[in-house]
Amino acid sequence: MKSIIRHIKSFLLYELVKGLALTLRYFFKPKVTLNYPNEKGPLSPRFRGEHALRRYPNGEERCIACKLCEAVCPAQAITIEAEAKPDGSRRTTRYDIDMTKCIYCGLCEEACPVDAIVEGPNFEFATETRAELLYDKEKLLKNGDIWEQQISANLKADRKYR
Amino acid sequence: MELTLIDILLGILKIFSFVMPVLISVALLVYLERKVLGAVQLRRGPNVVGPFGILQSFADVIKLITKENILPSNSNKFLFIFAPMLTLLLSLIAWAVIPISSKYVIADINIGILYLFAVSSFGVYGVIIAGWASNSKYPFLGALRSAAQMISYEVSIGFVIITVLLCVGSLNLTDIVESQKNVWFVLPLFPMFIVFIISCLAETNRLPFDLPEDEATLVAGFFTEYSSISFGLFFLAEYANMILMSSLTVILFLGGWYPPIDLFPFNAIPGLVWFSLKVFLILFVFLWVRATFPRYRYDQLMRLGWKIFLPLTLIWVILTSAFLYYFEMLPQ
Repeated sequence: MKSIIRHIKSFLLYELVKGLALTLRYFFKPKVTLNYPNEKGPLSPRFRGEHALRRYPNGEERCIACKLCEAVCPAQAITIEAEAKPDGSRRTTRYDIDMTKCIYCGLCEEACPVDAIVEGPNFEFATETRAELLYDKEKLLKNGDIWEQQISANLKADRKYR
Repeated sequence: MELTLIDILLGILKIFSFVMPVLISVALLVYLERKVLGAVQLRRGPNVVGPFGILQSFADVIKLITKENILPSNSNKFLFIFAPMLTLLLSLIAWAVIPISSKYVIADINIGILYLFAVSSFGVYGVIIAGWASNSKYPFLGALRSAAQMISYEVSIGFVIITVLLCVGSLNLTDIVESQKNVWFVLPLFPMFIVFIISCLAETNRLPFDLPEDEATLVAGFFTEYSSISFGLFFLAEYANMILMSSLTVILFLGGWYPPIDLFPFNAIPGLVWFSLKVFLILFVFLWVRATFPRYRYDQLMRLGWKIFLPLTLIWVILTSAFLYYFEMLPQ
């Protein structure tokens, strides 16, 4: 009996029609695609994107050249050279990050005692040449100036979990 | 009757009035296919080039034309270039007998359906020549598969056409449509309609029967070695064939240019619009099926063709003729 029903069903293409009905239902469902350059997905405040060196509100660099980030960096992407400024403070003369080595682990920002090096919310920094990905201190400070507002908002949003 | 220059020019103009719309609908069909597949998979499909991405296929054509046409060094150069041309040519010359409205047809010949059947059988030569001339393993296997597949499914298509012809009594496509003025053949011959649609899928190498170009096992089947515009011609021919086969379905089963009901708002719309709408519907079914079903295995394909469709259509031919004879409804 069961096999007869099965044969009738397969003769009437029962399963196939069921499958077609399913795909037709999906055909009218709302789409899930984001129109990427025009629409973007939400980012967490903890998102680890392009690096930036921050300044104090008075424009003074935060970085004190303690080299903790250089030491902790598992990919050894950071290179720092430092010397004393005329006012006796310790400042970097060179702060390079090789973005092609960086693995975006976020250990540098964890290690930083003064919240100077941070990974900002920017992830669209593709370049046409490899050399452009070898960031120096100037580029990092410029990133800090551009993204400061969002970076400080993100740091504030994440503070209570620290 | 003597042919004047004017007649020839008018003829060429008439041919162009068929070929250009077909080629443009091919471009729109490719776009529609990507949109339908996208929608079923909850994607958007092409939406950047032109409004709603409608110019995407034209951009693709330009890309294909500007690419280098690679000739494999061990191939038979003449046949290698000839095959895609033949395939496209065959899918376009079949349009000569398709009546798109009660008056408009290039060649109103009395054996239209035989001509169409012959031309669509020829289609397999393009594929076989392409597979052989490439002198490569995958195209060769794809071509062999295609030959066997097309022959198997032409048998059942032939029997389906015979059942329709039994009800019409004429081989002229215009007559076939006109005999459906009151009842479309899809109602009395519904099982044959389904068999015909499925066989059309196999005949045009569409999923779930696209074994000649099976990506999973044959890379790209018979056109693996093709690039640039010779690839484009195969692509064009495949979609032109799809449109041709759906037009044939509309003519044989869905009453051609006749509206569904012969009442005022419906019969005021010109026949060409009804014809296009019906073709569009069948084409949507083609794409819908592609989005739904996985590919058949080759032995399953052969089993379906020879052990299910062949007996089924044969029985139906006998049933139809017996019915028509018994109730004396045979057309005179």
